[in-house]
Amino acid sequence: MKKILSLFLAAAVGCPLLAGCNAETADEAEEEEASSQTLTVSDPEYYSKFKGKGISINVYNWGEYISTGAEEGTLDVNGEFEKLTGIKVNYTNFATNEELYAKLKGGAASYDVIIPSDYMISKMIKEGMIQPLDLGNIPNFKYIMENFRNQDYDPENAYSVPYTWGTVGIIYDTTMVDIPEEEIDWDLLWNEDYADQILMFDNPRDAFAIAEIMLGYSLNTEDPEELQQAAYKLLSQKKIVQGYVMDEIFDKMGAGDALIAPYYAGDALTIMDENEDLNFVVPKSGTNLFVDAMCIPTAARQKEAAEMYINFMCEPDIAYSNIDYICYSTPHQGAYDMLDEEVRESHISYPSQDFIGANTEVFVNLSDEANLKMQELWTDMKSAEDENTNKWIAPIFLIFSFLLMAFVLIRRHIKTKKDLF
Amino acid sequence: MKIKLKFFSAPYLVWMIVFIVIPLLMIAFFAFTTEDGGFTLKYISDVGQYANIFVRSIWLSLIATAICLVIAYPVAFILSRMEKHKQGTMLMIVMLPMWMNFLLRTYAWMTLLGNNGIINNLLGMIGLGPYKLINTSAAVVLGMVYNYLPFMILPLYSVMEKIDKSLFEAAEDLGCSGVQTLFRVIVPLSMPGITSGITMVFVPAISTFIISRMLGGGSNLLIGDLIEMQFLGNAYNPHLGAAISFVLMVIILVIMTVMNQFDPDDQVLI
Repeated sequence: MKKILSLFLAAAVGCPLLAGCNAETADEAEEEEASSQTLTVSDPEYYSKFKGKGISINVYNWGEYISTGAEEGTLDVNGEFEKLTGIKVNYTNFATNEELYAKLKGGAASYDVIIPSDYMISKMIKEGMIQPLDLGNIPNFKYIMENFRNQDYDPENAYSVPYTWGTVGIIYDTTMVDIPEEEIDWDLLWNEDYADQILMFDNPRDAFAIAEIMLGYSLNTEDPEELQQAAYKLLSQKKIVQGYVMDEIFDKMGAGDALIAPYYAGDALTIMDENEDLNFVVPKSGTNLFVDAMCIPTAARQKEAAEMYINFMCEPDIAYSNIDYICYSTPHQGAYDMLDEEVRESHISYPSQDFIGANTEVFVNLSDEANLKMQELWTDMKSAEDENTNKWIAPIFLIFSFLLMAFVLIRRHIKTKKDLF
Repeated sequence: MKIKLKFFSAPYLVWMIVFIVIPLLMIAFFAFTTEDGGFTLKYISDVGQYANIFVRSIWLSLIATAICLVIAYPVAFILSRMEKHKQGTMLMIVMLPMWMNFLLRTYAWMTLLGNNGIINNLLGMIGLGPYKLINTSAAVVLGMVYNYLPFMILPLYSVMEKIDKSLFEAAEDLGCSGVQTLFRVIVPLSMPGITSGITMVFVPAISTFIISRMLGGGSNLLIGDLIEMQFLGNAYNPHLGAAISFVLMVIILVIMTVMNQFDPDDQVLI
């Protein structure tokens, strides 16, 4: 979900990254490529509606979150869409939901299709920033699995079409962490035996969620007292945390700079390909299940073309190419059926329905007050210093500035005296 | 004639108004208004609770600026005394790191300083360490020094280059020792370079956020991080963000005014 920065950097530093989940799927993608020359879509008639009208749409998505055809044997989804419909796609990336929100809120840019996550969708619905979809224009919505419809963030499923989903879990180095897989739970991130080897999310919502699971609270709690307790929990972890990071988890875990980190399942699978010592566990005490879904902003200029794009993304072949490339889990029945048995059985990508039902919770938007409270607690937690630094930093600074001022004043005084003569 | 010359500055004037003056006014406007546009001092007073972050930012960037000055001063002097054709090559070497993207340079330090990084691995070979190098305030200062050092060397060099060699000879003839020449001739004459060098290092250092994010491990918050969090954090709070930026600008202004007192010609360099 958030690996654009690390990917850009890693690529630039010269570490080649694998695109597919593993070599096997790359081979398969090649076969896919061969068949893609004759890409079959459900209703070619439908897609030719805007042909030759010179329309373009602006699509705003997470980095590395679509099959681009840049890797050998993968499908260029946007290119195929342009070929099929004659609609030009201007495709840009964002790195966080908040960045997307700030961009849209500022009104500086007009997008036709955006792919925010669950809680951001409910926030945008509440603020009227996205508009209801005409599902009549998106017949492929029928492929979306029943249990991914009508989620809490969009109860009527009027505004969004799920694109991917996944869970948050713990990625750790099996050579250094000698705790059996079955016993791994969130408290591993608080385990003092691994002081300075632990990374933590640098994002209040995700970090608070982990503390809230451990304390047995809802992930969507707005109770100030519970938020305060969660903040204490995070503060108690601070002294053993090596760093608060997001995208860097990818490189730091890959390079062995840290042993334990929370991470998103899809990205975790990609690193595990690179570093075989790593393992990923979805903690049994529960976790956050996130859904990223396609929406149309209220300010969109080409609503129908945008719906066509969303429908295209839900074509089974296209949905399969995307999910095969990005390694997240798919809510698309057609794409799911095309996946390897091995992937379908994977408890990382597709945990059992019982587990999802009982132990996962999807974020919904918090009230402004709760968000502000969380942000405040987070800033306090992060800027809380070790006692020994706090004592001397302020006085020394004050003395320093005092001396500086005194020096300046004396100097001025001498200078004016000199000038008198 | 004068009026005609003014005409040529029009493109820059337009540029400045549209991209500098108007945004500055908007920051001030946001800092003093509530969401529905009414006047308030709430956000400015809220900035007070982050005093420790301000102090840390100022402190770390002062240290970084001081280290830059100490390193850059002799380098700039030696550079300015070299033969002309060598100066070009050496200057290019000073500038060389700046050809690389800022983010990449800082990223490279992450690889060097990491627990499993190159430095710790080398130390490990001779039986030392591993030391905790990354995610400390020292790493943040190192990042600042590394990234902003050329901004200190260049203004110092360009001022020192203009100091006439015969001045040193004169000082020597009149009985100055080496140290005396340094403090009574070179330092006073290079004062404009020192002040503009300090400005060019201190201002970007105090408002940086990516260095503290990457090398400070997210627990060495600086003002820049704090501002970024108001816009891209959990709560979208542009008013508080603008208020923090506003206070930061005032602090920089004050510090720069103090700085300019050191300038013998009372030149305004901000």
